[in-house]
Amino acid sequence: MSPTLKVEGLRKAYGGLVVSDGIDLEVRPGEIHALIGPNGAGKTTLVSEIAGAVTPDAGRVFLEGRDITGLPPHERARLGLARSFQITAVLPRFTVLENVTIAIQGLECRRFRFLPAPALETGWCERASAIIESVGLGRRVDTLAGSLSHGEKRMLEMAIVLARAPRLLLADEPMAGAGGEETAALVALLERLKGTVPVLLIEHDMDAVFALADRISVLVYGRIIASGTAAEIRANPEVQAAYLGSDEGLVA
Amino acid sequence: MTSTRRRAGWLPLALFVVAAAWPMIAEMSGNPFWTVLASRMLIFAIAAISLDLILGYGAMVSFGQAGAVGIGAYSVGIAASHGLNEGLIVLPLAVLASGLFSLVTGFVAVRTRGVYFIMITLAFGQMIYFTATSLSAYGGDDGLTVWSRSTIFGSGILEDERVFYAFVLILLAAVWVLARLLVASPFGKVITAARQNEARVESLGFDIFAHRLAIYTISGAIAGLAGGLLANHAEFVSPAYMNWQRSGELIVMVVLGGMGTLFGPIAGALAYLGLEHVLAGFWQHWRIILGPLLILVVLRAPGGLGSFIKTRRT
Amino acid sequence: MSLMLMAVQSLNGLQLGILLFLIAAGLTLVFGVMDFINLAHGVQYMAGAYFAVTAWLLTGNFMIAVILALAASLAFGLLLQWLVFRHLMGRDHLDQVLATFGVILTLNEAARMIWGPSPLSLPIPEALSGSIVLMPGLLYPVYRIGIIAAGLAVALLLWLLIARTRVGMLVRAGATHAPIVAALGINIDRLFAMVFGFGAMLAGFAGMMAAPILAVEPSMGDNLLILAFVVIVIGGIGSVRGAFLAALIIGFVDTMGRSFATDLMKLFLSPSAANDVGPALASMLIYILMAVVLFFRPAGLFPARGT
Repeated sequence: MSPTLKVEGLRKAYGGLVVSDGIDLEVRPGEIHALIGPNGAGKTTLVSEIAGAVTPDAGRVFLEGRDITGLPPHERARLGLARSFQITAVLPRFTVLENVTIAIQGLECRRFRFLPAPALETGWCERASAIIESVGLGRRVDTLAGSLSHGEKRMLEMAIVLARAPRLLLADEPMAGAGGEETAALVALLERLKGTVPVLLIEHDMDAVFALADRISVLVYGRIIASGTAAEIRANPEVQAAYLGSDEGLVA
Repeated sequence: MTSTRRRAGWLPLALFVVAAAWPMIAEMSGNPFWTVLASRMLIFAIAAISLDLILGYGAMVSFGQAGAVGIGAYSVGIAASHGLNEGLIVLPLAVLASGLFSLVTGFVAVRTRGVYFIMITLAFGQMIYFTATSLSAYGGDDGLTVWSRSTIFGSGILEDERVFYAFVLILLAAVWVLARLLVASPFGKVITAARQNEARVESLGFDIFAHRLAIYTISGAIAGLAGGLLANHAEFVSPAYMNWQRSGELIVMVVLGGMGTLFGPIAGALAYLGLEHVLAGFWQHWRIILGPLLILVVLRAPGGLGSFIKTRRT
Repeated sequence: MSLMLMAVQSLNGLQLGILLFLIAAGLTLVFGVMDFINLAHGVQYMAGAYFAVTAWLLTGNFMIAVILALAASLAFGLLLQWLVFRHLMGRDHLDQVLATFGVILTLNEAARMIWGPSPLSLPIPEALSGSIVLMPGLLYPVYRIGIIAAGLAVALLLWLLIARTRVGMLVRAGATHAPIVAALGINIDRLFAMVFGFGAMLAGFAGMMAAPILAVEPSMGDNLLILAFVVIVIGGIGSVRGAFLAALIIGFVDTMGRSFATDLMKLFLSPSAANDVGPALASMLIYILMAVVLFFRPAGLFPARGT
């Protein structure tokens, strides 16, 4: 089967600092592909390059076989690429419902609508409510997103990307800063996506990564040093060296 | 939020009722020129609404709004000097000309953010100002007299100050209603969302540049309407309408009235011009009072005017 | 004949560019180092001119007047910084715009009250009056050459200050990495005040230099402020080198446009149409130039801030 996402020879340097050093990566249909690596390995840069927020110096990105390297972020989003942000990027002055509704709007409403469209918007709201319910934020629908707790914001972030009915989900540390219970909920949520939505998961929580990932790639100093199943990665001496050299243990 | 909305609900209505009765009040109190003054205030209120659309909702601090107003005014003035007076033609022409100007300059300005945007809009505003001063065929520095007000279906009813006032009031109400619909529309949601987090909104598939350019153009077009009315009101157009200080005054009206509310800027325009009228009547150097007042208001607002408005609105 | 005119206008363009640079340098530094947009910078140019006129009226000596006015400009800049601007650091750009707009309204009106609405003038000093022959048949006023020389000297001095001194190093670092400079334990407030005072003095100096050839009147700084904005937007905000280059370009293009646009238009249009279109085109020229530069380089010619 052809991969949903294919990254070929991606390079990016800021001055002398090479953050993407010829990265090749594939996310196959239905799989959760985890990308791990020590801090400063260039994970978020890679996500930004895939999402279109950062332009690589060289290399190509393909989504479902289509070359999207030159497309701006919003056009990639329209092709079904959804991104959850590492630093929570909910819209603080919108309610939870509005945050999700506008995500559906972005999916459905391609042209400008300069006047209110009540019928359309009611439909969006209903769908948004269902998604919000499914991530467990049902009681917070009318709360301003800015006043949610950190963990709730992480759930809302997921609700927003789910509302996009994504062809590929780029999840940049979805569990960062979430508490134990919320992490469990997020893991369950991603578990549910398995087999339907392919996910590129960037995560520091190794328990979550090993529980969820079909395959794992390890990024160190802008290079993928290993790629394989959880067992292969655990056994890989190069990976162990890279991780033992830093503060983060591979097995938490 | 709901309580603010409810409170704000009757206030515009009350103001429009008073505004509708204004010419009568003016005449009964023996001050018919109050109607003339009020027409001017309402025209500036339209301009303030246009600025609020980009400043209050899009967080685009445009310092060139007076340029768009001026283009509208000159459209009417220049058309009149060629004998074209029909309001149903020249006013749409003013709207179109200003909208087009905003569209073209927007291609450069809207790509930029923050201080660049401020300076670039300022520069484009000044460009129009200097262009007008060098239009020797249309009065140059001295401006251009508009010999008669626009006609409506060929009739000169707008020459009557009370009719003109009513005409402006109706247009203001229409602009206000349309602007409210616009900001509540799916399009408007994208504009307010983009102000909160651009990367998020882009990741939802929205072309932020296109949206911003569109609202910038709409804003310019509405400012053009205000300009067209201003030319009719004063029966005169002059580069002074486009001076960057005028743009600054519009920002003051919007911000002090309450940006991002659409109604606040109307109140701000009335208050500012009212204050100007009263103070200027007392003392020619009234700006020496206004300036420090403005500085104090900004410095006293805890955490900046932006946050002051945010807390009030949420 | 036309060549002669071209040479004279080139010098005029250079001289306008130098004046613009003196104003833009302070503006771009203040913005680059402090992330502060100061609309009132043009008022400091006006203040410099008025100080010079007043000092000249009191002393009758041009040199002494300039020295006194420089000191007054510096003091005045520091006073404004202490009274108003320091409270605006780190605030929203909209707040800065509004407050400094308030400063403009106040000071323009104050100038009108103190010195009256009609233009004043400062005579050209004896030693610099008259013209000299630059080329056979080309006379050019000595004073204007003086402006060019003084401006270039100040630009050189500024370059030495920024490139070769410790304060200059901090200013350069501040323009690109403000938080790091703060983290080094440098007294940022003092650094800001210094940059501010210096910027005000430069703008004031430009005002003094311009006073004998332009009218000294309220609001005289407003138009130059906009030109200075165009300069720093083209040059790249925070870049003194960019400001220098852009100031010369703008001075040159604007002057040339004003003197030749109408003649150029006559090549394409009827004389009367050219007389109408030429001046309008000339006054739009630099803004079109700005738009073109920004279209291709959104951060200006020499972006000071890394992306």
